[in-house]
Amino acid sequence: MDCTETLSRLHAYLDQELDRPSTAAIDQHLSSCPTCKASFAALAALRVGIRRHADYRHGAPAELAERIRTRLGIAHAPATISRPRWQWPQWGRWLPMGAVAAAAALISWTAAIQYAGLSAGDPLAEQVVAGHARSIVTSHLIEVASSDQHTVKPWLSSKLDFSPPVPDLAAAGFALAGGRLDYLDNRAVAALVYRYRQHVINLFVWPEEQSGDARPQALAKHGYNVLRWRSGGMNFWAISDVNAAELQTFAEAYASAR
Amino acid sequence: MEPLALDERSRARKFEQIFVPHLDAAYDFARWLTRDERNAEDVVQEACLRAFKSLDTFQGDSARAWLFAIVRNTFYTWYTKRKGEGTSVPFDEESMLAGEHENTDLESPLGSIDRLLQQRDARRLVNAALDRLPEEFREVIVLREMEDLPYKEIAVIARVPIGTVMSRLARARKLLLQHLRPTAES
Repeated sequence: MDCTETLSRLHAYLDQELDRPSTAAIDQHLSSCPTCKASFAALAALRVGIRRHADYRHGAPAELAERIRTRLGIAHAPATISRPRWQWPQWGRWLPMGAVAAAAALISWTAAIQYAGLSAGDPLAEQVVAGHARSIVTSHLIEVASSDQHTVKPWLSSKLDFSPPVPDLAAAGFALAGGRLDYLDNRAVAALVYRYRQHVINLFVWPEEQSGDARPQALAKHGYNVLRWRSGGMNFWAISDVNAAELQTFAEAYASAR
Repeated sequence: MEPLALDERSRARKFEQIFVPHLDAAYDFARWLTRDERNAEDVVQEACLRAFKSLDTFQGDSARAWLFAIVRNTFYTWYTKRKGEGTSVPFDEESMLAGEHENTDLESPLGSIDRLLQQRDARRLVNAALDRLPEEFREVIVLREMEDLPYKEIAVIARVPIGTVMSRLARARKLLLQHLRPTAES
C-alpha cells in the first residue's frame, strides 16, 4: 500500500473501521514510512487531546430521570434500580452438572457473553471506568514496566495478598506492558496493562470470596468496552477503547493462557 | 403493538431498561449541542417523551444510537424555533472552510501537537479549537471520539450517508490540527 492510499484510509484505520487485510496493509506501511507514521501519530495525539480535555462529560443531573418518570406518568421501578450488587448468574443454574466442570475449564466466550447482564449504573463498573481513565490521563499507568511476565508477577505478588495470573499474550497480539496497584471495590487490586496496536487494555484482578465461576458480561460505557468474568476464585475486569470483539479476543486469550 | 396501551408497569420497565442506562450520555450529547445546562435538560426530557411515543420504531439493536438520533432531532426542532426568536448559535461552515488552508495534509505536526498537550492551558486550547468547528463537524467528532460510536451508528444519528460521516470526521480533524498547530508552534 502506498502513501496516497494509506493517507486516504488513515481515519478509518484510526477508527478501527477497516477489515483485517486493509488494517494489516496499513500496519505494514506505517512501520516503514516515517511520514505516514507521523501523520497517524498526529491523529492519535489529537484523539488523546480531545478525550482528555474536551469539556464534554457532565452526566445528567440526579433528578433528571425522576422528572422524566413524572412526565411519562410512571413510577420508579425499584426492582431494576436497587438490585443487589454482584448479581452473577451462577453456572450451576444454567447448565447440567456434567457440563459445569467442562465449562469451568474453558469458558466459551462467544456463546457465553451476556450483553444485558451488566448495568451501566453498576457502581463497580463506574470505578473500573474511572480507574482506567485515570491510568490513561495521568502518567500513572504502569508502576512496574516490563514485557516479562516473570518480572511483573513477582512484583505484584509482593505488594498484594494474592498472586494474579500474568500470561504472556504477545503471540495473540497483546503485548504485556507492565502492571501497577490500583484500588477498587474497597481493596487493593492488581492492574495488568497490555497493549494492542495503539490501544491500552487494563485488566483488574482481585480475589473473590464467593465461590463459583461466572459467565462473562459485557458493557459499553463512556466510549470504553468492559468485560468482566469470574473464574478460579478471582474477579477479572478488562477495559479498553478497543472494540468489543477485540476485547473479547483478549479475554479469551488471557483466560485460555492461564 | 400500541405502545400507549402498555400498562404502567411495562412502560416503567421499558423506561428503566432502554432509557435510564443512556441518560447520562444523552444528556452530555444534548448539552454539547445546546451548549447550555438548562436547555440540555429540556431537550432530553422532550426527546424522552418523543422516544416513548415511538417505542415501536425501536428495533432493539442500539438503544443509545436510537436515543441519540431523537435527541439530535429534538435539538434541531428546538434550535430552529429559537433561531426564529432571534437567538443565534454559530452555524457557519462557509467562513470556517474559507479559512481552511489548501494544504490539508497532516504533515508532521506530531511534535507540536504533543507539546501542545503538555501545555498548562491545553484544556482551554482544545476546547477553543472544538468550539470553532462548524456544527456538523462538532457533532460527529464527539460521537466518534467521546462516545466511540461506529460510523454506521453516527450515520444514523446525523442522518447522512457513511461516506459523509467519514469526510466530516476527516475534515473536522484537519481543522482541529490546524487550529492547534499555530499555538503549538509559537
